[in-house]
Amino acid sequence: MEKIAVKVDDLTVAYNYKPVLWDIDLQIPEGVLMAIVGPNGAGKSTLIKSILGILKPIAGSVTIFGKPYDSQRKKVAYVPQKGSVDWDFPTTALDVVMMGTYGSLGWIKRPGANEKKRALEALEKVGMLSFKSRQISQLSGGQQQRIFLARALVQDASIYFMDEPFQGVDATTEVAIINILKELRKAGKTVVVVHHDLQTVPEYFDWVTFLNVKKIATGPVKDIFNDENLTKTYGINYKVSIQK
Amino acid sequence: MTSAQFEIQLIASLVAIACAIPGTFLVLRKMAMISDAISHSILPGIVLGFFLTQDLNSPWLILLAAATGVLTVVLVEKIQQTKLVKEDTAIGLVFPALFSIGVILIAKFANDVHLDIDAVLLGELAFTPFDRIYYDGMDLGPKALLVIGVILFVTILLLLAFFKELKLSTFDAGLATSLGFSPIILHYGLMSVASVTTVGAFDAVGAILVVALMIAPAASAYLLTTDLKKMIALAATFGVFSAISGYWIAHFLDASIAGSMTTMLGIVFLAVYLFAPSKGLIAVLYREKQQRIEVYLITFLLHLKNHSEENERHVNHLNEHINWQKVRSKTVLNLALKNNMIRIDNNIVSLTKKGETFTSKAIDYIVTYEDGLIEDMKDDFFLFRG
Repeated sequence: MEKIAVKVDDLTVAYNYKPVLWDIDLQIPEGVLMAIVGPNGAGKSTLIKSILGILKPIAGSVTIFGKPYDSQRKKVAYVPQKGSVDWDFPTTALDVVMMGTYGSLGWIKRPGANEKKRALEALEKVGMLSFKSRQISQLSGGQQQRIFLARALVQDASIYFMDEPFQGVDATTEVAIINILKELRKAGKTVVVVHHDLQTVPEYFDWVTFLNVKKIATGPVKDIFNDENLTKTYGINYKVSIQK
Repeated sequence: MTSAQFEIQLIASLVAIACAIPGTFLVLRKMAMISDAISHSILPGIVLGFFLTQDLNSPWLILLAAATGVLTVVLVEKIQQTKLVKEDTAIGLVFPALFSIGVILIAKFANDVHLDIDAVLLGELAFTPFDRIYYDGMDLGPKALLVIGVILFVTILLLLAFFKELKLSTFDAGLATSLGFSPIILHYGLMSVASVTTVGAFDAVGAILVVALMIAPAASAYLLTTDLKKMIALAATFGVFSAISGYWIAHFLDASIAGSMTTMLGIVFLAVYLFAPSKGLIAVLYREKQQRIEVYLITFLLHLKNHSEENERHVNHLNEHINWQKVRSKTVLNLALKNNMIRIDNNIVSLTKKGETFTSKAIDYIVTYEDGLIEDMKDDFFLFRG
């Protein structure tokens, strides 16, 4: 019935011969807001990075809307973990958001007035317009995360991958971010989020993938987000009291 | 000023700019030490290049030497990837090995040519105007000037073409990959430019001092600006300033030109390190002191706000209540008075309206960390700046 946005077949990724992801088959339907959950070292970030071609798998393939990633780059936006960059880098909030437009520009061509306009709109959307000239180290953790989100929004993609966007942000920012993600889903976009806080899964997401080196389960939150899958994923007898 | 003097300063300035550009990116990528490794390990490349071409002026020699520089980077990365040693150790293993091969090669086979180790290490700017290039009997200028001129021209072209890509891959290699800008290509592109520049600069300043020209101006500029373009421009400016002032110092002291230039680079960095407006040592210490005083002030105001009973607010007993020394209580009391935050009636201290508002606002901010609450106070208080 629905189109498949991301299809992962038999994906295996290893660091120094130790498999981090083992024979993953995964289909992400278009238009879902999906959480990837699993314990530390389960390969959540690795899965996203492999889909985006940042890591090279030792086996398996990934397609985006039925085609290889290389030909679909412009349909995909990525929000890396906040800690993956140096926030002391000499640049401003606006400039970081502008980086989101580089993909559509390609090599050599420089960003112009149109790109700046798009970046300003994205900044406004995440409520950071008044911080546009601020050096990025002068922003709080939550503000930095919003800048990253704005940078992804500016890419105007069909699929958004986010690696722990809620890590180290305050409650206000968390609400602001999740509202934007829900808006994206409403606009028909597919959003895939590496997520840690199991309590908020039913409230924030409509689709979930349990991952622990192997794929445990994937499907609608209301059908598969249960104690059985949580126990299988986290290895201990898991009882969550989730208010639905 | 003679034309030779002018030419020496021009060469030194061009070398400084050519070094500042890749140097800025090396500093931002936390790869400053790689330039040290490159500068040493190009030596065997130069010697081998000379054996193959039998011509110290051949562009092939420059490219071959630069290739050794890139080889250094590859070797360091390969050793590091085994995870058996760390990056700094890998650097320390690779370049002395390559450098010593170069030293042996020179001593063994190149004793009779102009390739002595002193010149390689320190360069000799003073002689550069005498080594000239002629075409059809016409004087085209000093060889070093042409070499570094061409290298600088190409470096600037590459910088203009790939500025956006370099910035992105330096800041966020993951995003660069996912957008289709291969960080590996950019990385080796940058390493190639750094290597070629090092080889080109070696005639003028020698293989060792080129490291100072790559790192010191960029490190100084980093403390002064929050804009990458300005950082490159400032680094180039510092480089040129040190080159020219260093030349004249050497002239008056009758000392080594390259040595004086490097000393100037050190002095410039020291000055910036101490006096940079926001990141400099003095500014940081001043800000810390102010922040400490402001914390005391808020603590004091909060105490007044929390206690309505008069005995807690008596001027002479304040230090006992908040457990402060007399001097500090006095300083804070005066500061609060001066800012109209408190008033003193019959030796009893109480908050003014202004003090009340200020304290509530500060507390709201400290509890919630919501920046919007405090934006208007940031201009007056160091405490609330990042």
